[in-house]
Amino acid sequence: MSVLVYIEHVDGAFKKSALEAVSFAKAVGTLVNQPVYALSIGEVAQSELEKIGKYGAEKLITVNQAELKQFLNQAYASVIAEVAKSVEAETVVLSNSFSGKGMAPRIAAKLDAALADGAISLPRLSGTAWTIQKTAFSNKAIATEELTGSKRVIALTPNSFEPKEEPTSITIEPYQPSLSPDDLSTVIKDIVRATNQVSLPEAEIVVSAGRGMKGPENWAMVEELARVLGAATACSKPVSDAGWRPHAEHVGQTGLAVTPKLYIAIGISGAIQHLAGVSSSKTIVVINKDPEAPFFKVADYGIVGDAFDVVPQLIEAFKTYKNN
Amino acid sequence: MKILVCLSNVPDTTSKITFTDNNTRFNNTGVQYIINPYDEIALAKAVELAEGGKATVTVIHVGEADAEPTIRKALAVGADEAVRVNAFARDAWFVAHQIAAFAKSQQFDLILTGRESIDYNGVQVQGFLGELLAIPSVSIAKSLQVNGDEITVEREIEGGKEVLSVSLPVVIGTAEGVAEPKIPNMRGIMTARSKPLQVIDAIDVPVLSKIVHYDTPPSRGAVQLISKDDLAQLVNLLHTEAKVI
Ligand SMILES: Cc1cc2nc3c(=O)[nH]c(=O)nc-3n(C[C@H](O)[C@H](O)[C@H](O)COP(=O)(O)OP(=O)(O)OC[C@H]3O[C@@H](n4cnc5c(N)ncnc54)[C@H](O)[C@@H]3O)c2cc1C
Repeated sequence: MSVLVYIEHVDGAFKKSALEAVSFAKAVGTLVNQPVYALSIGEVAQSELEKIGKYGAEKLITVNQAELKQFLNQAYASVIAEVAKSVEAETVVLSNSFSGKGMAPRIAAKLDAALADGAISLPRLSGTAWTIQKTAFSNKAIATEELTGSKRVIALTPNSFEPKEEPTSITIEPYQPSLSPDDLSTVIKDIVRATNQVSLPEAEIVVSAGRGMKGPENWAMVEELARVLGAATACSKPVSDAGWRPHAEHVGQTGLAVTPKLYIAIGISGAIQHLAGVSSSKTIVVINKDPEAPFFKVADYGIVGDAFDVVPQLIEAFKTYKNN
Repeated sequence: MKILVCLSNVPDTTSKITFTDNNTRFNNTGVQYIINPYDEIALAKAVELAEGGKATVTVIHVGEADAEPTIRKALAVGADEAVRVNAFARDAWFVAHQIAAFAKSQQFDLILTGRESIDYNGVQVQGFLGELLAIPSVSIAKSLQVNGDEITVEREIEGGKEVLSVSLPVVIGTAEGVAEPKIPNMRGIMTARSKPLQVIDAIDVPVLSKIVHYDTPPSRGAVQLISKDDLAQLVNLLHTEAKVI
């Protein structure tokens, strides 16, 4: 019996959320007294692979073959399920990233396992019953879910579990999966990734702006603030609807739900649908010229003022801080 | 081409989210229900693909009779027929099994779901369906284009997008960018009344998970207002008090 954790990488570098998943898996392994095995698919350098030992996995299984160089939903899900069976995993952990979301239900169905998606806490065990917490109603509630049966797949929300170093001596073991042609029927034609940007779903700091910015030409200061903080940029729905910013930046109930440590909202009123996607952020700073803006009610820190005035000064204040 | 659109009936986005029965059940008293906003995108795309008789659009909903206004709305938007699986939609695992059981007998080329429902936010049904029907699934599509037996999809990934080509049949979870939600017109509303809505029984599905309790997220303390002339104080508080920078 074991805990298997799938670790996702981008161009050969493990994602922070993948390391969170390994630490989480280690904590689950400790709870149930089972070893933790990690699984990496695709091409990753040896030095990067060795990193995984730092977070408590005892064995790293690597699958590296030409057809699996790029992420393929069905194929990767099949490989993960196959490896899970071969190591008799009762628990499979992966990160609830865009790819993780696509695979988790397929893996669960293949294993006849319960699926806990968007988990935000370690499971609790009482006897054979597992319970785990996840967000529901677009962050307006936290649901405690009971997972029955002997197997479960847990997709962990990024930024909800702090990676912890727990060095173990790790063995790296290549594995050759059996793939069916059906698993490989999807063809990736192109991948477009902005390399200089922090990825929004995983960002620790998010700088978000709304209609108060008046127009797309004014986003330079938002981007500059994000750059100084090493943050990702986000926006409210009307902003992406108007084409001022790409849809991928839209956060809220009908956009992306984010859980950064720090969320800075500039010129966003704080409508219920916007709050739904961002209210799980640890700390919220609101900059709005209207002291009555509803966003202030759910903020930790507020600045009443004109964004065009406040943001450039705030950039300077953060720069001063960073230089010290 | 035969298209199946899976519809979820969800609380309006302005609904107050509260719970009853010792916080074990969502309190739907006074709550207005709507078509899940992402499913509206799926429906709009299906209707668009069917223009000029190029496809038929079936909508399916797993749920009780009180969801019929939502189903009729989908017919008014332009779906040709509807199916309701008469059961409480316990969870995504249950719903996916019902839809798969229906779809197996019908040979759909394209099955669309919204990327997620805004109540339980699972992003599960599409993946379960793909697996249960043994066909590919794409979780979060930003655009899709049908070219004969193939479909080109832009999938959202962290910090960018991926362009995929998949052959039909396939399940796709639609997000913004795929289509603009459509508002039914008068003629649509009139014809919707006479379009077929079939009610079928649910199949048994083993229970693998169950929500046993709900909490509302802890509320924050009162906001600390900081003068716009003293931004260094904000930076300082973020560092020393909130410890986030
Ligand atoms: C079904 C549905 C789903 C929705 N989903 C989402 C969602 O997922 N995400 C989302 O964001 N919205 C969503 N909305 C829209 C939501 O209701 C609000 O309309 C939207 O969030 C408002 O965006 P905003 O705050 O940028 O704009 P506004 O509400 O117009 O607010 C602009 C704010 O900027 C302030 N401001 C103006 N000028 C300045 C200045 N110079 N300096 C500082 N502040 C200034 C104003 O005081 C105001 O508070 C949804 C709506 C519906 C009906």
